[in-house]
Amino acid sequence: MLTAVLLGFVAAALAPILTPTLGSSVGWAFALVPAALTAWFATHLPEIAAGGVLSSSVTWVPQLGIEAAFRLDGLSLTFALMISGIGTAVVIYAGGYLRGDRQLPRFYLLLFAFMAAMLGVVLSDDLITLFVFWELTSLTSYFLIGYKHELRSSRDGALQGLLITGSGGLAMLGGFLLLGNEVGTFRISEMLADPAALTASPIYLPALILIALGAFTKSAQFPFHVWLPNAMAAPTPVSSYLHSATMVKAGVYLLARLAPGLGGTPAWFWLLTVVGTLTVLAAAGLALLQRDAKRLLAYSTLIALGALVVLIGVGGTYGAKAMVVFMVAHALYKAPLFMVAGNIDHEAGSRDVTELKGLGRVMPVSWTIALLAGVSAAGLPPMLGFVAKEVAYETLLPHVWALAALIAASAVMVVIVFLVVWRPFAGREVTAPKSPHEAPLSMWLGPVVLAALGIGFGFAPDVLAQGLLVPAASAILGADASFYLALWHGVNTALILSIATVTIGVVLTIAWGPLHRFLVARLGGVRFGPAGAYQGFLDGLVRVATWQTRVLQSDDLQRHLTTIIGFAVALAAGTAFVRGGLALDLPAVSGTLYEFLILILIVVAALATVTAHTRLRAITSLGVVGFGIALVFTMFSAPDLAVTQFLVETLMVIVVALVLMRLPSTLLRGSADRSVRSAAAPIAVLGGVLLTVLLLAVLSVPLDQTIPAFYDAASYPEANGRNIVNVILVDFRALDTLGEITVLAVAATGAFALLRRIGARKEPEVAYTAPRGSEDDDDGNDEPREGKGSEA
Amino acid sequence: MNSLILRTTTRLLIGVLLLFSVFLLLRGHDLPGGGFIGGLVGAAAIALYAIAYGYEHAFALLRIRPRALIGVGLSLAVLAGILAAFAGEPMLTGLWWIREVGPWTVKLSTPLLFDVGVYLVVIGVVLRMLFSLEEH
Amino acid sequence: MEVPVALTVGVLFGSGLYLVLQRNLLRLVFGLILMSGGVNLALFVAGRLTRGISPFVPEGAYAPPMGAANPLPQALILTAIVISFGLTVFALVLLLRTYERLGTVETNELPIRLRDPHPADVSPPASSVPHATPSTESSGGTSDPEVGS
Repeated sequence: MLTAVLLGFVAAALAPILTPTLGSSVGWAFALVPAALTAWFATHLPEIAAGGVLSSSVTWVPQLGIEAAFRLDGLSLTFALMISGIGTAVVIYAGGYLRGDRQLPRFYLLLFAFMAAMLGVVLSDDLITLFVFWELTSLTSYFLIGYKHELRSSRDGALQGLLITGSGGLAMLGGFLLLGNEVGTFRISEMLADPAALTASPIYLPALILIALGAFTKSAQFPFHVWLPNAMAAPTPVSSYLHSATMVKAGVYLLARLAPGLGGTPAWFWLLTVVGTLTVLAAAGLALLQRDAKRLLAYSTLIALGALVVLIGVGGTYGAKAMVVFMVAHALYKAPLFMVAGNIDHEAGSRDVTELKGLGRVMPVSWTIALLAGVSAAGLPPMLGFVAKEVAYETLLPHVWALAALIAASAVMVVIVFLVVWRPFAGREVTAPKSPHEAPLSMWLGPVVLAALGIGFGFAPDVLAQGLLVPAASAILGADASFYLALWHGVNTALILSIATVTIGVVLTIAWGPLHRFLVARLGGVRFGPAGAYQGFLDGLVRVATWQTRVLQSDDLQRHLTTIIGFAVALAAGTAFVRGGLALDLPAVSGTLYEFLILILIVVAALATVTAHTRLRAITSLGVVGFGIALVFTMFSAPDLAVTQFLVETLMVIVVALVLMRLPSTLLRGSADRSVRSAAAPIAVLGGVLLTVLLLAVLSVPLDQTIPAFYDAASYPEANGRNIVNVILVDFRALDTLGEITVLAVAATGAFALLRRIGARKEPEVAYTAPRGSEDDDDGNDEPREGKGSEA
Repeated sequence: MNSLILRTTTRLLIGVLLLFSVFLLLRGHDLPGGGFIGGLVGAAAIALYAIAYGYEHAFALLRIRPRALIGVGLSLAVLAGILAAFAGEPMLTGLWWIREVGPWTVKLSTPLLFDVGVYLVVIGVVLRMLFSLEEH
Repeated sequence: MEVPVALTVGVLFGSGLYLVLQRNLLRLVFGLILMSGGVNLALFVAGRLTRGISPFVPEGAYAPPMGAANPLPQALILTAIVISFGLTVFALVLLLRTYERLGTVETNELPIRLRDPHPADVSPPASSVPHATPSTESSGGTSDPEVGS
């Protein structure tokens, strides 16, 4: 399983290299990776269906009891198949949708990294491992939403998604730590083995709330739902993959995964059902304000996510069963719907459903897919969506208020389906901003397969149930959850409610035009509720930051630094003086003349640098200081340091010369005397004296040899290295070194970026000009983008 | 700088210097040297070449973009850490592969791979800074 | 020999501090270089000085000879040297760009130039002219998009 996750990351690393060589077949070639993963997961179907579980683990941080542990059960397998299966369709689709896009290498890198991270989330059996993958999905989602980073709406949407899911993730980590601390393990399977210990513990409620915060933000539950519609700024393949089929279900997954341990209490029931119901209602209401096909679908995703949370909250065999059926049905119809919306946008040039008509004549395949998926989404027979809705209704029968909300939302779903799959396609005359064509094979093959699965499983739902969903529901229940699924249950309450739903839906659809205009006129301009709160929070943050900058940091760098350094020096000196840590007992001074001469040379050169008024003098004296220090290293048994210092000094001279050549020679003249009246001199003297005194104090006590002695003793026997300094760098403290070379890489990139700006300005970049039209309408722009891309 | 002496000596020296930098890298685990030092020597060698022949030629000599060196180097260092996972050890645990091949003892290890990563990052960082300043 | 080195550290660090507190940004960078040299030496001397026995395990032995130099500060300083090189170059580049954009490296003049890049009484350096035009990316709010962002 580790290999399966790593395969995704390897694919991510190779994707940018392979993309240019593969040309236009890139989508097809890359699809082999998720297809192979799907096949691999599918081979485990019989074993899992028989009640088996696969697990494996790798030591990670043994000191903290953290392992990279993986576990494949029914629930994980359901998710893994959705991730890899829909992933296959999306990778192919993106090859057509983003054909010729200059950022395609980056796109595939991010997409594969996301896929691997998402697989990691659903396969992890360790809460810390899960958290790491969870955050990786947030990060990749951030970059994918902001894919068209030249658009402000993309950047804002990306930031909003990251801030909301990121803060939720932080809360969730808190909850995980509480749980792990209480139970003494981070292994999920061990934790869930004793649910009574969890629910009875005093940390249960805080842990539940913190973890729920993580799940609710990720799965866009009220009031955190605001980020999901704005995430529609991402290219359509991303919307259909991350923001409907997989990533937003991570929160649902987490709740379902922890349900056997944390579920079944009143707190669990009320928290989940109330928040889920509010989400369903808010999404249904807000959906009526939309005209953009992708945003409409985003709100329908919110309805589904809310419903899933309600079903997990209700729990029991019914809840678990309804949740898994509903989730799979949703994934099978929503991903194709998004892709069709992308096709409309790509081929017809708009996603505003009121602007389009008659596309069915020119895009028959897309229309067929839309209809197949749409019927399932509307919850009509003979689709899997129908089965799912029936089961959900049955489950909610005892909870009338939640049921009422779901019925209302399902009626709105009918409206959404009509707006997305009927309105733009029906009609004799083609009306669209561009002259539309049918999308290429790559853009309809995936959705066709998914939509066909929706109808196939609709006719034979029990195949799906016995093969996959029963084990999945058992994992949520924490016990055996055998059930049977059929398309036709006879006439029962759920069916009558379904008929009522469709009737309300049809009425709403007929009344949509006036209703929509009325709602937009009344509410369209208002940034109310959570969206307004988010904006207010951001604005407030900026205001507070501005205020505290104005108060604490003056415009004058020199005064600013003087305050900081002066305070630090005074604090250290004061502490040392008051606490009396300065009993000096100095070692005897014994040295050769040569050693003293070098120290004197360093001192003289340092003072010469301070008083230098020409560039040459400054560079020379700095060089003397550097080489002097290198000589000190040489004299006192540090050959590696000496060599490094010599080399760095040499390179430094080159760099300083390169920079100074571009600055006027008069730069150093005159300004030194201006600051004589300032506090610089006393602070400098005090600081220098202070450091010397502190060092002398250190030298007065014997050196603790524990750590050096360990390195001396372990270097050769344990790490096969005779150069102890190098062994520390690349073995004992390799993590530090990794951090340090990362800093170096960042510094080089920063310097490069600063210097590049001039070159960028000389040739104006076409792609950075203002977006044309409304904020969302240039999704899937297939014109080649000029002037951007490789910079070196 | 347009100096015949500099150019000639540079052409003679560049190969030796680059070879020396790799030598320093490889012996670093037992004797003075290692990724940082080897990388600095390598970078200095190419910087010398850039001074003698201009940075375009140095660029052509290098064949790889400095930023690619940085990326590859960081990836190698991370890979060296992750490899331990396959042996069931915590991240960055050193793994060793020591064999007698004829008269020589071949010692391959993840710390060596890590050091190669450091080496490439250092060369890449120094050259990227120098080249972008030159280009500026 | 530790005491004289500790005194040298004091001079290096004090000189560095003095330069960091100057108005001229180039002096500030020079000060940073001196300070990092001083701090490296301070680490070195805090781990004690040893003559003639480097921290190496000789052939045939399993540990360094008695009284070998302390390897720990050496490992710390080695990366510190390279890192401070990287950051110094970054600071120099920042300085270069500041001069090219604003025509000065005096900190007390920076806020004035930020508000008005080309005051009437100072002629800007030739190189700053072509890139003083506002970026097309600017979103308003700050008077200078590049510095404000």
